Amino acid sequence: MDFLTLKGICHTYFTKSSFTTALTDISLDVREGEFISFLGPSGCGKTTLLSIIAGLLKPTEGSVLLENKPVESKKNDIGYMLQQDYLFPWKTIEENILLGLKVNGRLTADSKAKTLHLLEKMSLGKVETSYPKQLSGGMRQRVALVRTLATEPKLLMLDEPFSALDYQTKLKLEDLVSSTLKSFKKTAILVTHDIGEAVAMSDRVFLLSPRPGKLHKTFFIPEEIRSMSPFNARSHPMFNELFQSIWKELESLEPE
Amino acid sequence: MSLNNDIKLLHNKYLTGLKREKKLVRFYQLLIFLLFFSSWEIASHHSWIDPLIFSSPSKIWDLLIIKILDGSLAVHLSFTLLETVLGFIIGTLSGTLLAAILWWSPILSKVLDPYLVILNAMPKVALGPILIVALGPTLTSIIAMGAIISVIITTIVVYTSFKEVDPNYLKVLQTFGATRSQCFKEAILPACFPTIISTLKVNVGLSWVGVIVGEFLVSSRGLGYMIIYGFQVFDFTLVLLSLLVIAVFATIMYQLVELLEKKLIKNGSA
Repeated sequence: MDFLTLKGICHTYFTKSSFTTALTDISLDVREGEFISFLGPSGCGKTTLLSIIAGLLKPTEGSVLLENKPVESKKNDIGYMLQQDYLFPWKTIEENILLGLKVNGRLTADSKAKTLHLLEKMSLGKVETSYPKQLSGGMRQRVALVRTLATEPKLLMLDEPFSALDYQTKLKLEDLVSSTLKSFKKTAILVTHDIGEAVAMSDRVFLLSPRPGKLHKTFFIPEEIRSMSPFNARSHPMFNELFQSIWKELESLEPE
Repeated sequence: MSLNNDIKLLHNKYLTGLKREKKLVRFYQLLIFLLFFSSWEIASHHSWIDPLIFSSPSKIWDLLIIKILDGSLAVHLSFTLLETVLGFIIGTLSGTLLAAILWWSPILSKVLDPYLVILNAMPKVALGPILIVALGPTLTSIIAMGAIISVIITTIVVYTSFKEVDPNYLKVLQTFGATRSQCFKEAILPACFPTIISTLKVNVGLSWVGVIVGEFLVSSRGLGYMIIYGFQVFDFTLVLLSLLVIAVFATIMYQLVELLEKKLIKNGSA
């Protein structure tokens, strides 16, 4: 039984003067604990696809099944990390990370302690009473990760979560996110336009072609790379090979 | 060692510079104040300006003492203050509430849009006579004046800022399964506190306008009544006294709003 199933997802945006088909016929299965990536040039509907999987957007056609049931955002099965941290600037870090639990009424002394412990594990032990403004970009994105994990989602969506960070912070966070997700055995979907990031972090990479977005090709990442941390994976000889073949595929998608 | 001392010296110099600038600003502020009132006094004394119309600071001061001692100023002032504060609070709260309702129902906001524009364009003080006839020449109608003058503009400004909250904050909440009222409470309202506070600042001034005009019309008590009475008996000392009292108390209200701003808006920037 597959954990997550996408069946024939199509989505069209309507405006007054026209309509744009963002996605056509996306079907795929994800196993529990798997880390997959959607890679593609801008305008291939990656974020639309994530919103549909998260149940935030109803697809024009097709269905999304999580453990054989249609997804609902109400059920907190899904955690979503955005391009920027979107920590609430008027809340302290503690209030921010407990937001999800508070919103769905699961804030107990126990869940609170668990979340604060998670914050400590991200080496952010002493910032509970600070405001987001007082933290660096990398720290803020780590807080956002804690906030997302606090509600214990079954499936994690990562919508280019590292794109706004500097390179060094990005590499460090990739390692941290990867090891955290592995230790919690979370299923994750990453959206990115960074080939290296997709190869280093995922088990499978789906290449999407643009206008309208559809699945172009799937790359299976070999076990040798998957077992390494994203940072070490980057220096593996097979990494480069994969990088090059994905690069060529992407090039072929570019309109002349 | 010497470098360290140098830096300390430079820092001290910088601090004295700041202090000197502050002193200079205060000095000129005081100078303007004194120049204004003394030239007013002198000009009036030598009849360079008509003392009947422009009165003089000393006459106003004498009248102030008289009005304080006979207790009439306190009575008028307390009425006006009560009306203004209530009008201000009712206007701002109902404006914000209306904005929340509009945010809640996009259809309603589309339906009401032209009416809001018309109501906003209309000079609200023109409603004064109708209010007084409808609600009676009482405290209620004056408070209504103070409120009505600020409610529509508050609604428009606050609603606009509700709509401009970054939708990604809502997305974060929606992925947690938040209801619309939770979204409002956790994201929309706190994100708009700065805007609400700045409308409060505008509304302080507006409510005074509404209340004073209301008192002009009702003409039974309050600072607005003192002005209109002074105008009718040609006692401009009384008019100017009322004006100065209004200026002082409007400023105090404004400062209180600023104090509230510091309390409400906390994001670690202070």
